[in-house]
Amino acid sequence: MSYLEYTVKTTPTGFRKVLYLNWPLAILLAAIASVGFLMLYSVAGGSFSPWAEPQIKRFALGFAVMFIAAMVPIWFWRNMAGVAYGISILLLLTVEFFGKSAGGAQRWIDLGFMRLQPSELMKISLVMFLAAYYDWLPLKKTSHPLWVLVPVVIILLPAALVFAQPDLGTALLLMMAGAAMMFFAGVHWAYFAAVFSMAAGLIFAVFQSRGTEWQILRNYHYDRLDTFLDPASDPLDKGYHITQSKIALGSGGWTGKGFMQGTQSRLNFLPEKHTDFIFTTLAEEFGFVGGFSLLLLYALILIFCISIALANRDRFSSLMTLGIATTFFLFFAVNMSMVMGLAPVVGVPLPLVSYGGSAMLILMLGFGFVQSAHIHKPR
Amino acid sequence: MRRPGRDTAQSQRLITRRGLIIGGAQALFMGGLALRMRYMQVEQADEFRLLADENRISIRLLPPTRGRIFDRNGIAVAENVPSYRITMVPEEAGDVDKVIARLAQLVELDPEELDRARRDLREARGDTAVTIADRVSWDDISRVAVNTPALPGVAPEVGLSRRYPHIGDYAHIVGYVGPYAERDRDRIDAPEQLLRIPRFQVGKFGIEAAYENALRGKAGTKRVEVNVRGHVMRELERQEGQAGTDVQLTIDSGLQSYISARLSGESAAATVMDCETGDLLACVSSPSFDPNLFVRGISVPDYKSLLENKYRPLPNKAVQGVYPPGSTFKMVTVLAALEAGTIDAEETIYCPGHLEVAGRRFHCWKRAGHGNVDLHRSLRESCDVYYYELALRTGIENISAMAKKLGLGIKHDLPMTSVAAGLAPTKEWKRRVRDAEWVIGDSVNAAIGQGDVLASPLQLAVMTARLATGRSVTPRVIRSVDGVESPTGHGEDMGLNENNLRRIRQAMYAVSNNRRGTSYSSRIIEDAFRMAGKTGTSQVRSAVVDNNSVPWEQRDHALYVNYAPYESPRIAVSVVVEHGGGGSRTAAPIARDITLQALYGEDPPLEAYPAKDRGRIRSQQEELRRIRMKPGGEGNDRA
Repeated sequence: MSYLEYTVKTTPTGFRKVLYLNWPLAILLAAIASVGFLMLYSVAGGSFSPWAEPQIKRFALGFAVMFIAAMVPIWFWRNMAGVAYGISILLLLTVEFFGKSAGGAQRWIDLGFMRLQPSELMKISLVMFLAAYYDWLPLKKTSHPLWVLVPVVIILLPAALVFAQPDLGTALLLMMAGAAMMFFAGVHWAYFAAVFSMAAGLIFAVFQSRGTEWQILRNYHYDRLDTFLDPASDPLDKGYHITQSKIALGSGGWTGKGFMQGTQSRLNFLPEKHTDFIFTTLAEEFGFVGGFSLLLLYALILIFCISIALANRDRFSSLMTLGIATTFFLFFAVNMSMVMGLAPVVGVPLPLVSYGGSAMLILMLGFGFVQSAHIHKPR
Repeated sequence: MRRPGRDTAQSQRLITRRGLIIGGAQALFMGGLALRMRYMQVEQADEFRLLADENRISIRLLPPTRGRIFDRNGIAVAENVPSYRITMVPEEAGDVDKVIARLAQLVELDPEELDRARRDLREARGDTAVTIADRVSWDDISRVAVNTPALPGVAPEVGLSRRYPHIGDYAHIVGYVGPYAERDRDRIDAPEQLLRIPRFQVGKFGIEAAYENALRGKAGTKRVEVNVRGHVMRELERQEGQAGTDVQLTIDSGLQSYISARLSGESAAATVMDCETGDLLACVSSPSFDPNLFVRGISVPDYKSLLENKYRPLPNKAVQGVYPPGSTFKMVTVLAALEAGTIDAEETIYCPGHLEVAGRRFHCWKRAGHGNVDLHRSLRESCDVYYYELALRTGIENISAMAKKLGLGIKHDLPMTSVAAGLAPTKEWKRRVRDAEWVIGDSVNAAIGQGDVLASPLQLAVMTARLATGRSVTPRVIRSVDGVESPTGHGEDMGLNENNLRRIRQAMYAVSNNRRGTSYSSRIIEDAFRMAGKTGTSQVRSAVVDNNSVPWEQRDHALYVNYAPYESPRIAVSVVVEHGGGGSRTAAPIARDITLQALYGEDPPLEAYPAKDRGRIRSQQEELRRIRMKPGGEGNDRA
């Protein structure tokens, strides 16, 4: 059933919309953000500056953005999906040519009041656009090769631009989120099986060919791959980060060293302790109990989102909500795997907790769309 | 456009199924994360905690307080004073040059010291503190302390620094400390970590070097929490080190300082020895230098001027300098002859002013000759021909053996730098070293302390003390270490014929107290303190000094040895004035003044001097008091 099929009368209007907002989800988001405030306060050595205070302000702004997005009917957002995707692509092209270089990578545009990372915007736009595409596409054409190729291009175009920045982590996240959207929409599993087996075969071939006559890559490529896969082999840079991160996390024990007692972060052994590695400080100071609690909060967010998606008969709403939830999952799953030494170090922040402006705003916008879908669902 | 209802239902079924599949996969993954977290934080926790502690806890050394050095009366001659210095940790400073420039606006930085600091900064590990300015005033330190926020990595520190309050008086005995350098490695046996403390001070010269191990002490440790840059955040635990042990010298500061003043202006050395214990009451080499200059590293121009000074301030002439003893050696020759029975004390030998030996003519200093000379007169008037004859009769081996018995030609065991052995030549020595046969002329020269014979002022004092006591008195400069008294150098009876010794002592008494004695003009008239001595004038030979054709350098060395009081010897004195001319004219008055000063323990009354000298002595005493009163000339801080 599409939104055209139910009357606008059955959906809440005006201030009544506030009552239909999914408040548990909003409270969960605020709870996770509060964990972030607490940790930013701690890593600053017990101070609201320089991180906790701006983060609180940004979350307040983000909460307002979510609220406003939730009030706007979901069909408006559906109609805007193509535009959003187009703007995101243009912005990605802009940073490619005019963007400021931060640490060698062109990633953001200075808007004056904030720095916009188009790749962040693209995470949401891509989900929206794919949801809109599958909402438009008749179900029986979903697995038709031609109509499978279209979303593949929609996904690979931004992924290629982000990869060129270069930001391999985000490019991979976009591809995984896009693939998940295609899977939700019902693309035949054989496609996924084929892609997975081809990728696995390629990786196997690359590593098997190493040192033989038919070696696929050059030697220095392999050296880079080694560092990427096993950072400990490069103990000065990324290896040092991951080792210190594991020490901090492991030394937390069951209940941790206590609030603001984490020696690894307080004595600056932890790198990037306010951004990508903030989970480590939480695990060091509050131990397994603290880390597991945050994981549970994330799980609850996913459960609420999936139930919102499954309870909605509107195809666009369902797909988009699942897509946002999956993007959210990918963020924290990759970040946590990274700090635990399970995944290579790629610059992925812990959603809602890591210090950072645009990522939080974009994410709250995404949850605004989820709330909008929930308020304006067919009844 | 409407879609069939079936389509919607099918879409919903599909989304539900696939949503749950992905949701399940996500749940599985999160379960995996939770397990991994549990494994790291529970099973591996101890391991990681250990690693975290290794990260944060650093063990720092606490440099030990160096033992102090006192004179025999407990006056400090090497002490530790608080010193303020400015250090910098290059890693924390970031832009080192910028920070130094800012620092230079606050405090005056010595350019030479700054150069050294820059070199240290380059060589040091990034996280160790490097001294930028040493011995900074309290005002400068507080200015830096107030401005630390603008000076990253810079810290004002309080430490202990060595100070030698008596400036030059003890420079040659006590020596000095300086920053540990690579070249000290073979000499210093200290724990590695201690030496890594920037500018750790070790003994470089003299007793500071010889007693390094005792003075150094043991380092303490503190466990500190450090951040990733190695900067200390707080102290966790402290284990104090053990201060170095104190060392007490046998030297008497008052006497030492008097002699330093008395010898000023000369290139000279003097030694005063206690006949009873062998204690060195004074051991002076003149001119001296300020050892405090060496503590933080002496500047190149200062060091160069010390090296180029023709009076050679650096070596300790009292133990290191060797001189032909000249006529002061005659007691050795005559005692060897008496003991060997080759001469009788009453026997006279005719001195015509020279003696022909193996076709060569050896002159007496008195060309006209002394006529008939017995033992007493030969020493009193220092007749050379008498000793030429003794050499022919007695032989060099007997003379050399007696010299060694009296403490010449052997190295005395003293904890000072480069203690010289001197030389009491033998036939075997000449074959071995010079690759030539001993000729009789060598014996003749040696008999009057010329030729190959070499002795240091210290050895001459030892010889005199042994003649005065008949015991093998040995020198001692360390009275006690850590309150434990060192064995004295009282010595055993040497088994010499007491009659022979008495003859020599009587002759030495006559040297000073008989109207015809060579040092009669420098006698003591206080009966209780009458002295017995011997003059010496030694020709300057090639090896001893660099013979530029400057007149001063061609003059003879003036020597004098004596002991006093004559009846019950308490002290033995030796004085050597390089190129001083004659022993009786230059060295004897100095030795007399020293003897009186030592016996009275203060400026002696003028009544102790011969009447006609008193006017001159009074003004000399005033002059010397003035020299000693100069700042730093003598410290009064008692321990």
